Amino acid sequence: MVGRGRAWLVRALSILVLLLLWEGAGRLAASPLAPPASTVLATLAREVVSGALPHHVGITLARVAASFLLAMVAGTALGLAMGWWRTVDLWLDSALLLLLNLPALVLIVLLYVWFGLTEAAAIAAVALNKLPTTAVTVREGVRALDRDLLEMGRAFRFGRAATLRHVVLPQLQPYLFAATRSGLALIWKIVLVVELLGRSDGVGFQIQVYFQLFDVAHILAYSLAFILIIQIIEWAVFQPLERWATRWKAS
Amino acid sequence: MTRLTVDIREKRLAGRAVLGPVSFGLDAGEVVALVGPSGCGKSTLLRLVAGLDREVTGTVRWSGEGPRLGVVFQQPRLLPWRTVRQNLDLAGADGAEATRLLERLGLAAKADVWASQLSLGMARRLALARALAVDAQALLLDEPFASLDEGNQRLARAVLAEYLVRRPVPTLLVTHDLAEAVALAHRVLVLSPGPARLLFDQAVPPGVRTDPALAAATVAVLRDLAR
Repeated sequence: MVGRGRAWLVRALSILVLLLLWEGAGRLAASPLAPPASTVLATLAREVVSGALPHHVGITLARVAASFLLAMVAGTALGLAMGWWRTVDLWLDSALLLLLNLPALVLIVLLYVWFGLTEAAAIAAVALNKLPTTAVTVREGVRALDRDLLEMGRAFRFGRAATLRHVVLPQLQPYLFAATRSGLALIWKIVLVVELLGRSDGVGFQIQVYFQLFDVAHILAYSLAFILIIQIIEWAVFQPLERWATRWKAS
Repeated sequence: MTRLTVDIREKRLAGRAVLGPVSFGLDAGEVVALVGPSGCGKSTLLRLVAGLDREVTGTVRWSGEGPRLGVVFQQPRLLPWRTVRQNLDLAGADGAEATRLLERLGLAAKADVWASQLSLGMARRLALARALAVDAQALLLDEPFASLDEGNQRLARAVLAEYLVRRPVPTLLVTHDLAEAVALAHRVLVLSPGPARLLFDQAVPPGVRTDPALAAATVAVLRDLAR
Protein backbone atom coordinates (compact mmCIF):
# COMPACT_ATOMS: atom_id res chain seq x y z
CA MET A 1 0.00 0.00 0.00
CA VAL A 2 1.13 3.49 -0.86
CA GLY A 3 0.38 6.03 1.89
CA ARG A 4 -1.92 8.97 1.25
CA GLY A 5 0.85 11.55 1.22
CA ARG A 6 3.05 9.35 -0.98
CA ALA A 7 0.18 8.85 -3.43
CA TRP A 8 -0.23 12.60 -3.85
CA LEU A 9 3.49 13.03 -4.36
CA VAL A 10 3.52 10.38 -7.12
CA ARG A 11 0.52 12.01 -8.77
CA ALA A 12 2.15 15.47 -8.72
CA LEU A 13 5.39 14.03 -10.06
CA SER A 14 3.58 12.29 -12.91
CA ILE A 15 1.99 15.57 -13.95
CA LEU A 16 5.36 17.30 -13.76
CA VAL A 17 6.99 14.60 -15.91
CA LEU A 18 4.16 14.92 -18.44
CA LEU A 19 4.64 18.69 -18.62
CA LEU A 20 8.40 18.32 -19.02
CA LEU A 21 7.99 15.78 -21.83
CA TRP A 22 5.52 18.10 -23.54
CA GLU A 23 7.87 21.06 -23.13
CA GLY A 24 10.82 19.10 -24.55
CA ALA A 25 8.84 17.73 -27.50
CA GLY A 26 7.45 21.18 -28.30
CA ARG A 27 10.91 22.78 -28.25
CA LEU A 28 12.30 20.00 -30.44
CA ALA A 29 9.47 20.39 -32.95
CA ALA A 30 9.98 24.17 -32.98
CA SER A 31 6.73 24.69 -34.88
CA PRO A 32 3.74 26.93 -34.03
CA LEU A 33 1.56 23.90 -34.79
CA ALA A 34 3.06 21.98 -31.83
CA PRO A 35 3.66 24.58 -29.11
CA PRO A 36 5.49 23.59 -25.91
CA ALA A 37 3.76 23.63 -22.54
CA SER A 38 5.20 27.01 -21.58
CA THR A 39 3.67 28.70 -24.64
CA VAL A 40 0.26 27.13 -24.02
CA LEU A 41 0.31 28.09 -20.32
CA ALA A 42 1.32 31.65 -21.20
CA THR A 43 -1.54 31.83 -23.72
CA LEU A 44 -3.89 30.46 -21.07
CA ALA A 45 -2.79 33.15 -18.62
CA ARG A 46 -3.25 35.91 -21.21
CA GLU A 47 -6.74 34.69 -22.09
CA VAL A 48 -7.69 34.56 -18.42
CA VAL A 49 -6.45 38.10 -17.81
CA SER A 50 -8.20 39.45 -20.92
CA GLY A 51 -11.46 37.97 -19.67
CA ALA A 52 -12.14 36.08 -22.90
CA LEU A 53 -11.52 32.66 -21.43
CA PRO A 54 -13.66 33.10 -18.28
CA HIS A 55 -16.48 34.44 -20.46
CA HIS A 56 -16.50 31.52 -22.91
CA VAL A 57 -15.79 28.86 -20.30
CA GLY A 58 -18.63 30.26 -18.19
CA ILE A 59 -21.06 30.01 -21.07
CA THR A 60 -19.98 26.47 -21.90
CA LEU A 61 -20.25 25.45 -18.25
CA ALA A 62 -23.79 26.83 -18.09
CA ARG A 63 -24.72 24.74 -21.15
CA VAL A 64 -23.05 21.68 -19.65
CA ALA A 65 -24.96 22.20 -16.40
CA ALA A 66 -28.33 22.70 -18.12
CA SER A 67 -28.09 19.70 -20.42
CA PHE A 68 -26.53 17.54 -17.71
CA LEU A 69 -29.35 18.31 -15.29
CA LEU A 70 -31.97 17.70 -17.95
CA ALA A 71 -30.41 14.39 -19.03
CA MET A 72 -29.94 13.15 -15.47
CA VAL A 73 -33.44 13.99 -14.25
CA ALA A 74 -35.26 12.72 -17.35
CA GLY A 75 -32.95 9.73 -17.74
CA THR A 76 -33.33 8.73 -14.10
CA ALA A 77 -37.12 9.03 -14.25
CA LEU A 78 -37.20 6.99 -17.45
CA GLY A 79 -34.82 4.36 -16.07
CA LEU A 80 -36.89 4.05 -12.88
CA ALA A 81 -40.11 3.61 -14.85
CA MET A 82 -38.55 1.12 -17.26
CA GLY A 83 -36.94 -0.92 -14.52
CA TRP A 84 -40.09 -0.92 -12.43
CA TRP A 85 -42.83 -1.61 -15.01
CA ARG A 86 -42.16 -4.22 -17.67
CA THR A 87 -44.79 -2.72 -19.99
CA VAL A 88 -43.07 0.67 -19.96
CA ASP A 89 -39.80 -1.08 -20.68
CA LEU A 90 -41.24 -2.94 -23.66
CA TRP A 91 -42.78 0.25 -25.05
CA LEU A 92 -39.69 2.41 -24.73
CA ASP A 93 -36.86 -0.06 -25.21
CA SER A 94 -36.70 0.20 -29.02
CA ALA A 95 -36.84 3.99 -28.99
CA LEU A 96 -34.06 4.01 -26.41
CA LEU A 97 -31.94 1.67 -28.51
CA LEU A 98 -32.44 3.93 -31.51
CA LEU A 99 -31.38 6.97 -29.54
CA LEU A 100 -28.45 5.08 -28.02
CA ASN A 101 -27.05 4.18 -31.43
CA LEU A 102 -27.83 7.46 -33.20
CA PRO A 103 -24.53 9.33 -33.68
CA ALA A 104 -24.33 12.51 -31.60
CA LEU A 105 -23.58 14.52 -34.70
CA VAL A 106 -26.77 13.39 -36.48
CA LEU A 107 -28.90 14.32 -33.49
CA ILE A 108 -27.29 17.77 -33.25
CA VAL A 109 -27.69 18.48 -36.97
CA LEU A 110 -31.32 17.33 -36.96
CA LEU A 111 -32.26 19.48 -33.98
CA TYR A 112 -30.55 22.52 -35.50
CA VAL A 113 -32.36 21.92 -38.80
CA TRP A 114 -35.73 21.49 -37.12
CA PHE A 115 -35.54 24.14 -34.41
CA GLY A 116 -32.96 26.56 -35.77
CA LEU A 117 -29.58 27.50 -34.31
CA THR A 118 -31.08 28.23 -30.88
CA GLU A 119 -29.95 27.75 -27.32
CA ALA A 120 -32.85 25.38 -26.64
CA ALA A 121 -31.98 23.19 -29.62
CA ALA A 122 -28.34 23.08 -28.53
CA ILE A 123 -29.14 22.04 -24.97
CA ALA A 124 -31.81 19.56 -26.05
CA ALA A 125 -29.39 17.95 -28.51
CA VAL A 126 -26.79 17.41 -25.78
CA ALA A 127 -29.33 16.18 -23.24
CA LEU A 128 -30.82 13.70 -25.73
CA ASN A 129 -27.36 12.32 -26.37
CA LYS A 130 -26.81 11.57 -22.72
CA LEU A 131 -30.35 10.55 -21.74
CA PRO A 132 -30.34 6.96 -23.06
CA THR A 133 -27.17 5.90 -21.23
CA THR A 134 -28.50 7.36 -17.99
CA ALA A 135 -31.82 5.55 -18.46
CA VAL A 136 -30.10 2.25 -19.23
CA THR A 137 -27.78 2.55 -16.22
CA VAL A 138 -30.62 3.40 -13.83
CA ARG A 139 -32.76 0.60 -15.27
CA GLU A 140 -29.95 -1.84 -14.47
CA GLY A 141 -29.92 -0.46 -10.94
CA VAL A 142 -33.67 -0.90 -10.54
CA ARG A 143 -33.44 -4.48 -11.78
CA ALA A 144 -30.79 -5.17 -9.17
CA LEU A 145 -32.88 -3.79 -6.29
CA ASP A 146 -33.15 -6.00 -3.22
CA ARG A 147 -36.66 -7.52 -3.42
CA ASP A 148 -36.53 -8.47 0.26
CA LEU A 149 -36.12 -4.87 1.35
CA LEU A 150 -38.94 -3.72 -0.94
CA GLU A 151 -41.13 -6.38 0.62
CA MET A 152 -40.17 -5.19 4.09
CA GLY A 153 -41.22 -1.68 3.06
CA ARG A 154 -44.58 -2.99 1.89
CA ALA A 155 -45.14 -5.00 5.06
CA PHE A 156 -44.50 -1.91 7.21
CA ARG A 157 -46.47 0.35 4.85
CA PHE A 158 -43.70 2.75 3.96
CA GLY A 159 -45.70 4.38 1.18
CA ARG A 160 -44.39 5.46 -2.22
CA ALA A 161 -42.34 8.51 -1.26
CA ALA A 162 -40.58 6.89 1.71
CA THR A 163 -39.88 3.72 -0.28
CA LEU A 164 -38.28 5.75 -3.04
CA ARG A 165 -36.25 7.87 -0.66
CA HIS A 166 -35.17 5.34 1.95
CA VAL A 167 -35.24 1.99 0.16
CA VAL A 168 -34.77 2.56 -3.57
CA LEU A 169 -32.49 5.61 -3.96
CA PRO A 170 -29.80 4.43 -1.53
CA GLN A 171 -29.52 1.25 -3.59
CA LEU A 172 -29.38 3.21 -6.85
CA GLN A 173 -26.66 5.49 -5.54
CA PRO A 174 -23.70 3.65 -7.18
CA TYR A 175 -25.56 3.58 -10.49
CA LEU A 176 -26.43 7.26 -10.25
CA PHE A 177 -22.82 8.14 -9.54
CA ALA A 178 -21.64 6.05 -12.47
CA ALA A 179 -24.14 7.80 -14.74
CA THR A 180 -23.09 11.20 -13.36
CA ARG A 181 -19.39 10.64 -13.92
CA SER A 182 -19.63 9.20 -17.41
CA GLY A 183 -22.29 11.81 -18.16
CA LEU A 184 -20.15 14.79 -17.31
CA ALA A 185 -17.24 13.43 -19.33
CA LEU A 186 -19.49 12.82 -22.33
CA ILE A 187 -21.57 15.97 -22.11
CA TRP A 188 -18.84 18.57 -22.13
CA LYS A 189 -17.36 16.99 -25.24
CA ILE A 190 -20.71 17.07 -27.03
CA VAL A 191 -21.37 20.64 -25.87
CA LEU A 192 -18.18 21.66 -27.67
CA VAL A 193 -19.43 20.10 -30.91
CA VAL A 194 -22.81 21.80 -30.52
CA GLU A 195 -21.09 25.15 -30.00
CA LEU A 196 -18.79 24.60 -32.93
CA LEU A 197 -21.72 23.86 -35.23
CA GLY A 198 -24.25 26.44 -34.22
CA ARG A 199 -23.41 28.89 -31.43
CA SER A 200 -21.45 32.12 -31.50
CA ASP A 201 -19.88 31.79 -28.06
CA GLY A 202 -18.47 29.17 -25.72
CA VAL A 203 -15.31 27.09 -25.76
CA GLY A 204 -16.43 25.15 -28.84
CA PHE A 205 -16.93 28.38 -30.78
CA GLN A 206 -13.50 29.65 -29.71
CA ILE A 207 -11.89 26.42 -30.84
CA GLN A 208 -13.50 26.80 -34.23
CA VAL A 209 -12.18 30.35 -34.53
CA TYR A 210 -8.65 29.32 -33.62
CA PHE A 211 -8.91 26.29 -35.89
CA GLN A 212 -9.50 28.63 -38.82
CA LEU A 213 -6.43 30.60 -37.71
CA PHE A 214 -4.43 27.38 -37.20
CA ASP A 215 -3.64 28.72 -33.72
CA VAL A 216 -2.87 25.50 -31.83
CA ALA A 217 -1.67 27.28 -28.69
CA HIS A 218 -5.10 28.82 -28.16
CA ILE A 219 -6.91 25.56 -28.95
CA LEU A 220 -4.81 23.74 -26.36
CA ALA A 221 -5.18 26.56 -23.82
CA TYR A 222 -8.98 26.39 -23.97
CA SER A 223 -9.01 22.60 -23.80
CA LEU A 224 -6.64 22.58 -20.87
CA ALA A 225 -8.74 25.11 -18.99
CA PHE A 226 -11.82 22.96 -19.41
CA ILE A 227 -10.11 19.72 -18.43
CA LEU A 228 -8.92 21.45 -15.26
CA ILE A 229 -12.40 22.68 -14.41
CA ILE A 230 -13.99 19.26 -14.93
CA GLN A 231 -11.32 17.75 -12.67
CA ILE A 232 -12.00 20.40 -10.01
CA ILE A 233 -15.72 19.55 -10.16
CA GLU A 234 -14.79 15.90 -9.59
CA TRP A 235 -12.65 16.77 -6.56
CA ALA A 236 -14.78 19.50 -5.07
CA VAL A 237 -18.27 18.13 -5.73
CA PHE A 238 -18.48 14.49 -6.75
CA GLN A 239 -15.93 12.98 -4.40
CA PRO A 240 -17.27 14.71 -1.24
CA LEU A 241 -20.82 13.87 -2.32
CA GLU A 242 -19.90 10.23 -2.79
CA ARG A 243 -18.14 10.10 0.58
CA TRP A 244 -21.30 11.53 2.15
CA ALA A 245 -23.59 9.07 0.38
CA THR A 246 -21.51 6.05 1.40
CA ARG A 247 -20.68 7.20 4.94
CA TRP A 248 -22.73 4.34 6.37
CA LYS A 249 -20.29 1.86 4.86
CA ALA A 250 -17.28 3.19 6.78
CA SER A 251 -16.43 1.15 9.85
CA MET B 1 -61.12 -7.77 16.76
CA THR B 2 -58.64 -9.04 14.20
CA ARG B 3 -59.06 -12.58 12.96
CA LEU B 4 -57.36 -14.57 10.24
CA THR B 5 -58.83 -17.35 8.12
CA VAL B 6 -56.50 -19.46 6.00
CA ASP B 7 -57.91 -22.01 3.59
CA ILE B 8 -55.22 -22.80 1.04
CA ARG B 9 -55.69 -25.62 -1.42
CA GLU B 10 -52.41 -25.18 -3.25
CA LYS B 11 -49.59 -22.71 -3.75
CA ARG B 12 -47.19 -23.09 -6.65
CA LEU B 13 -43.91 -21.28 -7.17
CA ALA B 14 -42.22 -21.53 -10.59
CA GLY B 15 -44.52 -24.39 -11.54
CA ARG B 16 -43.72 -26.44 -8.44
CA ALA B 17 -46.19 -27.02 -5.61
CA VAL B 18 -44.73 -25.60 -2.39
CA LEU B 19 -47.85 -25.73 -0.23
CA GLY B 20 -50.52 -28.40 -0.17
CA PRO B 21 -53.85 -28.15 1.62
CA VAL B 22 -53.44 -25.98 4.74
CA SER B 23 -56.43 -24.64 6.65
CA PHE B 24 -56.53 -22.95 10.01
CA GLY B 25 -57.89 -19.93 11.78
CA LEU B 26 -56.17 -17.43 14.02
CA ASP B 27 -58.41 -15.87 16.62
CA ALA B 28 -58.11 -12.57 18.38
CA GLY B 29 -55.47 -12.80 21.08
CA GLU B 30 -54.30 -16.23 20.03
CA VAL B 31 -50.68 -17.27 19.52
CA VAL B 32 -50.29 -20.04 16.97
CA ALA B 33 -46.97 -21.73 16.26
CA LEU B 34 -46.24 -23.15 12.82
CA VAL B 35 -43.79 -26.00 13.12
CA GLY B 36 -42.30 -27.98 10.28
CA PRO B 37 -39.03 -29.16 8.77
CA SER B 38 -36.92 -26.51 7.07
CA GLY B 39 -37.85 -25.88 3.45
CA CYS B 40 -41.40 -27.14 3.91
CA GLY B 41 -42.98 -23.85 2.89
CA LYS B 42 -43.48 -22.09 6.24
CA SER B 43 -42.02 -18.83 5.01
CA THR B 44 -44.13 -18.99 1.84
CA LEU B 45 -47.18 -19.40 4.03
CA LEU B 46 -46.14 -16.39 6.11
CA ARG B 47 -45.69 -14.26 2.97
CA LEU B 48 -49.21 -15.17 1.89
CA VAL B 49 -50.59 -14.28 5.30
CA ALA B 50 -48.68 -10.97 5.23
CA GLY B 51 -50.31 -10.14 1.89
CA LEU B 52 -46.91 -9.89 0.20
CA ASP B 53 -47.94 -12.62 -2.22
CA ARG B 54 -51.54 -13.03 -3.32
CA GLU B 55 -51.22 -15.73 -5.98
CA VAL B 56 -52.72 -18.77 -4.36
CA THR B 57 -55.45 -21.30 -4.96
CA GLY B 58 -57.67 -20.84 -1.94
CA THR B 59 -58.22 -17.97 0.44
CA VAL B 60 -56.17 -16.06 2.99
CA ARG B 61 -58.39 -13.50 4.65
CA TRP B 62 -58.03 -11.05 7.52
CA SER B 63 -61.14 -9.70 9.14
CA GLY B 64 -61.85 -6.02 8.52
CA GLU B 65 -59.54 -3.68 6.65
CA GLY B 66 -56.41 -5.79 6.86
CA PRO B 67 -54.56 -5.19 10.08
CA ARG B 68 -51.39 -3.25 10.65
CA LEU B 69 -48.76 -6.00 10.87
CA GLY B 70 -45.61 -6.36 12.90
CA VAL B 71 -43.41 -8.67 10.85
CA VAL B 72 -40.12 -10.37 11.64
CA PHE B 73 -38.68 -11.86 8.46
CA GLN B 74 -36.30 -14.78 8.33
CA GLN B 75 -33.46 -12.34 7.62
CA PRO B 76 -33.37 -9.05 9.56
CA ARG B 77 -34.14 -6.94 6.45
CA LEU B 78 -32.92 -3.67 7.92
CA LEU B 79 -31.97 -0.58 5.92
CA PRO B 80 -28.17 -0.62 6.35
CA TRP B 81 -27.90 3.04 5.24
CA ARG B 82 -30.14 4.23 8.08
CA THR B 83 -29.46 4.28 11.81
CA VAL B 84 -30.99 1.85 14.27
CA ARG B 85 -33.40 4.52 15.42
CA GLN B 86 -34.32 5.54 11.86
CA ASN B 87 -35.06 1.92 11.00
CA LEU B 88 -37.69 1.92 13.73
CA ASP B 89 -39.08 5.37 12.87
CA LEU B 90 -39.40 4.62 9.17
CA ALA B 91 -41.38 1.46 9.90
CA GLY B 92 -43.85 3.63 11.81
CA ALA B 93 -42.72 2.83 15.34
CA ASP B 94 -44.19 4.68 18.28
CA GLY B 95 -41.36 6.83 19.70
CA ALA B 96 -41.64 5.96 23.38
CA GLU B 97 -42.24 2.29 22.65
CA ALA B 98 -39.20 2.21 20.37
CA THR B 99 -37.00 3.67 23.08
CA ARG B 100 -38.32 1.21 25.63
CA LEU B 101 -37.77 -1.78 23.34
CA LEU B 102 -34.24 -0.71 22.36
CA GLU B 103 -33.43 -0.49 26.03
CA ARG B 104 -35.08 -3.79 26.89
CA LEU B 105 -33.31 -5.63 24.04
CA GLY B 106 -29.89 -4.18 24.89
CA LEU B 107 -29.69 -1.88 21.88
CA ALA B 108 -30.07 1.51 23.59
CA ALA B 109 -26.37 2.36 23.12
CA LYS B 110 -26.68 1.54 19.41
CA ALA B 111 -29.62 3.86 18.66
CA ASP B 112 -27.56 6.24 16.51
CA VAL B 113 -25.33 3.65 14.89
CA TRP B 114 -25.74 2.70 11.21
CA ALA B 115 -27.67 -0.54 10.92
CA SER B 116 -24.87 -1.78 8.65
CA GLN B 117 -22.61 -1.91 11.68
CA LEU B 118 -24.73 -4.23 13.80
CA SER B 119 -23.74 -7.83 14.37
CA LEU B 120 -26.22 -10.43 13.13
CA GLY B 121 -27.51 -11.01 16.66
CA MET B 122 -28.12 -7.28 17.19
CA ALA B 123 -29.74 -6.97 13.77
CA ARG B 124 -32.15 -9.78 14.66
CA ARG B 125 -33.04 -8.13 17.96
CA LEU B 126 -33.63 -4.85 16.12
CA ALA B 127 -35.90 -6.66 13.66
CA LEU B 128 -37.91 -7.95 16.62
CA ALA B 129 -38.01 -4.48 18.17
CA ARG B 130 -39.30 -3.09 14.87
CA ALA B 131 -42.15 -5.59 14.72
CA LEU B 132 -43.14 -4.92 18.33
CA ALA B 133 -42.83 -1.12 18.19
CA VAL B 134 -45.27 -0.40 15.37
CA ASP B 135 -48.50 -0.75 17.33
CA ALA B 136 -49.37 -3.85 15.33
CA GLN B 137 -52.80 -5.46 15.29
CA ALA B 138 -51.23 -8.80 14.45
CA LEU B 139 -47.72 -10.27 14.61
CA LEU B 140 -46.08 -12.50 12.01
CA LEU B 141 -42.79 -13.84 13.28
CA ASP B 142 -40.53 -16.01 11.12
CA GLU B 143 -38.06 -17.70 13.47
CA PRO B 144 -37.55 -14.49 15.45
CA PHE B 145 -35.04 -16.05 17.85
CA ALA B 146 -32.81 -17.80 15.30
CA SER B 147 -29.07 -17.05 15.42
CA LEU B 148 -29.30 -15.40 18.83
CA ASP B 149 -26.99 -16.64 21.56
CA GLU B 150 -28.66 -18.37 24.50
CA GLY B 151 -28.85 -15.33 26.75
CA ASN B 152 -30.29 -13.12 24.08
CA GLN B 153 -32.70 -15.84 23.01
CA ARG B 154 -34.08 -15.96 26.56
CA LEU B 155 -34.23 -12.18 26.65
CA ALA B 156 -36.03 -11.89 23.31
CA ARG B 157 -38.53 -14.60 24.31
CA ALA B 158 -39.24 -12.79 27.56
CA VAL B 159 -39.75 -9.49 25.71
CA LEU B 160 -42.22 -11.16 23.34
CA ALA B 161 -44.04 -12.91 26.20
CA GLU B 162 -44.39 -9.60 28.11
CA TYR B 163 -45.62 -7.89 25.00
CA LEU B 164 -48.30 -10.52 24.44
CA VAL B 165 -49.51 -10.17 28.01
CA ARG B 166 -49.83 -6.41 27.63
CA ARG B 167 -51.27 -6.53 24.12
CA PRO B 168 -52.77 -9.88 23.22
CA VAL B 169 -52.74 -9.58 19.42
CA PRO B 170 -53.14 -12.61 17.16
CA THR B 171 -49.67 -13.95 16.47
CA LEU B 172 -48.31 -16.44 14.00
CA LEU B 173 -44.93 -17.78 15.08
CA VAL B 174 -42.92 -19.84 12.60
CA THR B 175 -40.34 -22.05 14.22
CA HIS B 176 -38.73 -25.43 13.81
CA ASP B 177 -38.30 -25.78 17.54
CA LEU B 178 -41.18 -27.68 19.17
CA ALA B 179 -40.13 -26.69 22.68
CA GLU B 180 -40.25 -23.03 21.68
CA ALA B 181 -43.66 -23.58 20.10
CA VAL B 182 -45.07 -25.20 23.24
CA ALA B 183 -43.55 -22.55 25.48
CA LEU B 184 -45.06 -19.60 23.61
CA ALA B 185 -48.14 -20.72 21.70
CA HIS B 186 -51.72 -21.58 22.52
CA ARG B 187 -51.85 -23.90 19.55
CA VAL B 188 -49.26 -25.76 17.56
CA LEU B 189 -49.74 -26.51 13.87
CA VAL B 190 -47.41 -29.15 12.51
CA LEU B 191 -46.66 -29.13 8.80
CA SER B 192 -45.36 -32.02 6.71
CA PRO B 193 -42.17 -31.81 4.62
CA GLY B 194 -42.77 -29.76 1.45
CA PRO B 195 -45.15 -29.32 -0.24
CA ALA B 196 -46.47 -28.73 3.27
CA ARG B 197 -49.78 -30.20 4.33
CA LEU B 198 -51.27 -29.51 7.72
CA LEU B 199 -50.52 -32.68 9.69
CA PHE B 200 -52.32 -31.67 12.85
CA ASP B 201 -53.54 -28.71 14.83
CA GLN B 202 -52.99 -29.23 18.55
CA ALA B 203 -54.04 -26.92 21.38
CA VAL B 204 -51.48 -26.52 24.16
CA PRO B 205 -53.30 -26.84 27.50
CA PRO B 206 -52.80 -23.75 29.70
CA GLY B 207 -50.96 -25.61 32.47
CA VAL B 208 -48.29 -27.04 30.20
CA ARG B 209 -46.37 -23.83 29.69
CA THR B 210 -45.83 -23.26 33.40
CA ASP B 211 -44.74 -26.84 34.12
CA PRO B 212 -41.37 -27.77 32.57
CA ALA B 213 -41.87 -31.54 33.00
CA LEU B 214 -45.29 -31.42 31.36
CA ALA B 215 -43.90 -29.25 28.58
CA ALA B 216 -41.12 -31.73 27.87
CA ALA B 217 -43.63 -34.57 27.75
CA THR B 218 -45.88 -32.62 25.39
CA VAL B 219 -42.96 -31.90 23.10
CA ALA B 220 -42.09 -35.60 23.04
CA VAL B 221 -45.66 -36.57 22.18
CA LEU B 222 -45.90 -33.94 19.45
CA ARG B 223 -42.61 -35.09 17.99
CA ASP B 224 -43.85 -38.71 17.84
CA LEU B 225 -47.07 -37.56 16.20
CA ALA B 226 -45.16 -35.60 13.57
CA ARG B 227 -43.25 -38.69 12.43
